[in-house]
Amino acid sequence: MTQPDELSRRGMLMKLGLLFNAAVGTILAVPIMRYVLSPMIRERNAGQDPWVALGLLDKFPPGQTRFATYRHPSANPSDGETANIPCWVRHVDGEKFQVFAINCAHLGCPVRWFPQSGLFMCPCHGGVYYQDGSRASGPPERGLFEYRYKVEQGKLLIQAGEMPTTGVPTASLTNISVKRPPCA
Amino acid sequence: MRLIKKLRDWFDERLDLATPIRETMEHPVPRQTASWAYVFGSAALTVFVLQLVTGILLALVYVPSAGEAWNSLQVLNHQVTLGWFIRALHGWGSNFMIAIVLIHMVQVFLFGAYKFPRELTWIVGVLLLLLTLGMAFTGQVLRFDQDAYWGLGIGASISSRVPVLGPSIVNLLLGGPMIAGATLSRFFALHVFVIPGSLIAFVGLHLLLVLKLGINEWPMPGRVVRRATYLSEYHELTRKDGVPFVPGAVAKDLFFSGFILLSIAACALYFGPFGPSGQPDPTIIQTAPRPDYFFLWLYAVLSLLPPSMETPALLIGPVIALVVLVSLPFFSGEGEKSWRRRPIAVLTILLVAVALGTFTHLAGYAPWSPVMDAWSGEPIPAQYLKGRTALERQGALVFQEKQCHNCHALSGVGGKRGPELDRVAVQLTSDQLIRQVIQGGGNMPAYGNNLNPAETTALVAFLGTLYPAGQTPARDASRATGVQP
Repeated sequence: MTQPDELSRRGMLMKLGLLFNAAVGTILAVPIMRYVLSPMIRERNAGQDPWVALGLLDKFPPGQTRFATYRHPSANPSDGETANIPCWVRHVDGEKFQVFAINCAHLGCPVRWFPQSGLFMCPCHGGVYYQDGSRASGPPERGLFEYRYKVEQGKLLIQAGEMPTTGVPTASLTNISVKRPPCA
Repeated sequence: MRLIKKLRDWFDERLDLATPIRETMEHPVPRQTASWAYVFGSAALTVFVLQLVTGILLALVYVPSAGEAWNSLQVLNHQVTLGWFIRALHGWGSNFMIAIVLIHMVQVFLFGAYKFPRELTWIVGVLLLLLTLGMAFTGQVLRFDQDAYWGLGIGASISSRVPVLGPSIVNLLLGGPMIAGATLSRFFALHVFVIPGSLIAFVGLHLLLVLKLGINEWPMPGRVVRRATYLSEYHELTRKDGVPFVPGAVAKDLFFSGFILLSIAACALYFGPFGPSGQPDPTIIQTAPRPDYFFLWLYAVLSLLPPSMETPALLIGPVIALVVLVSLPFFSGEGEKSWRRRPIAVLTILLVAVALGTFTHLAGYAPWSPVMDAWSGEPIPAQYLKGRTALERQGALVFQEKQCHNCHALSGVGGKRGPELDRVAVQLTSDQLIRQVIQGGGNMPAYGNNLNPAETTALVAFLGTLYPAGQTPARDASRATGVQP
């Protein structure tokens, strides 16, 4: 057997070896990538988020806005108190409610309700909203995020999904874009 | 002594490293680089080692679980012997690390050290800066307190603005639909495995490049870098006017590194550890989240940008900055190195420094945020109540009750979100005041739905008294010309 022949044979074997490892790597990469990307691949179905109860209706007197919390439905025991999610409940009248996410529509800081002036104010960058959640002033480009709600057996239920962010008009949260007349 | 030599010989027989190590240590460097200006790189390396050691020590106690992390920091602060000091060393080490890395970068930029043939050294350095900032942000998250929780919310909100991919990126970042256990665990993996691993690898590469290419010579005005001749000129310089790195140039590095370590320890001892602030319970909303010191400028920028420019600035700004930094050695790879002949370089540094400094300073007192408790905590100055009518005093009550004080200061006290009102009666007539209160505008909410006519009348009567002595309040000239009834 001549020298170059042998070299090419060894080269061939090395290439085959590399190819073999590339194939095994690709096969392994599929489950690994699925594992890494699993939070992204999770189903994001409109209206599929579970309903959670915020409490009996008499916790929310008509015409007032009250603080409420719920345990996130997908919480694990290790999540501790981070899975207790707050929100603001505005009881308009009768069975008409507005349930606002706590997160400012600007960058997600917790907004606070001031009943005296009828405003939500954000402590971070100064976003302000009216009592119906629409934008009053500051950097937010839209109103507060709103949960879908229903009243059942004297309880107020909301559809709890992901943390609302500007870029995620999530299934269970709706956009408030009330256009106010200039003299309202 | 003989035993030590025997041991050394035994190892060297097997490793054969003594000669290359000696050669590396004694490699000649230009004499003038044995300067205090060249000590920041080695200082950054020293602080990095300190961070590795203190980080491992903290990991002995820290529990990376959303339910337990905050408590484990309390244990470190209050129960473990000197746990507070190790936390303080790690926290202050991180601040010093960023500061030194930035100074190192400015020095390298002003000395033209990024030019041929050290382009790759610079690019790896840019990568190291990004990784360092990544460590700072993920470290802030591991201090799992209120600021960390809402800081993650801000990070998620920013990521969500990426077109198309935004929602997926948020879920990937948080490890699920909300900020919870999975979020902390992945930031722990980043802060403890992924980023430090990359840092060690790239610091190694950075050092290898410095050794291979030689330390940048002291820039002389007029000594111009040309690709064709630079390498031979540099070798000529080190041959003729070089000193061995050890011991010729290393003394200042050693002293400065020791001084920095001592400063970190002094800060840790005197100021103590950072936080944690309140526990990461999102239902405690009486909080005003603030980022750590080196991200304060970003906090200010996010408040001050016009809303419509925010998303483009957030998404495109970092890309532009990165492209400029990485491509710098390619469009400016030759020519003058000395800052004396590079006025634009000096001006750029000054501009960036002044901008970052101003934004950081502004973020220190956040004039854009309403002062949430001014309406109940800051009384109206007494001089604005003396000798006023009952209606005007009633107006002062409305001013407090409706939280006007949260955004408007009186005598320098109160919110700075809106204008100070000590002279408002000079600027606006009572009709204009009514319109502003009812309709809002100019970034003020409309209070039309929230004030009854009596309250509005009283409030405007009070505002009408706010003018300095010796000036007269604004009046509507057209009324004066009207026929008096």
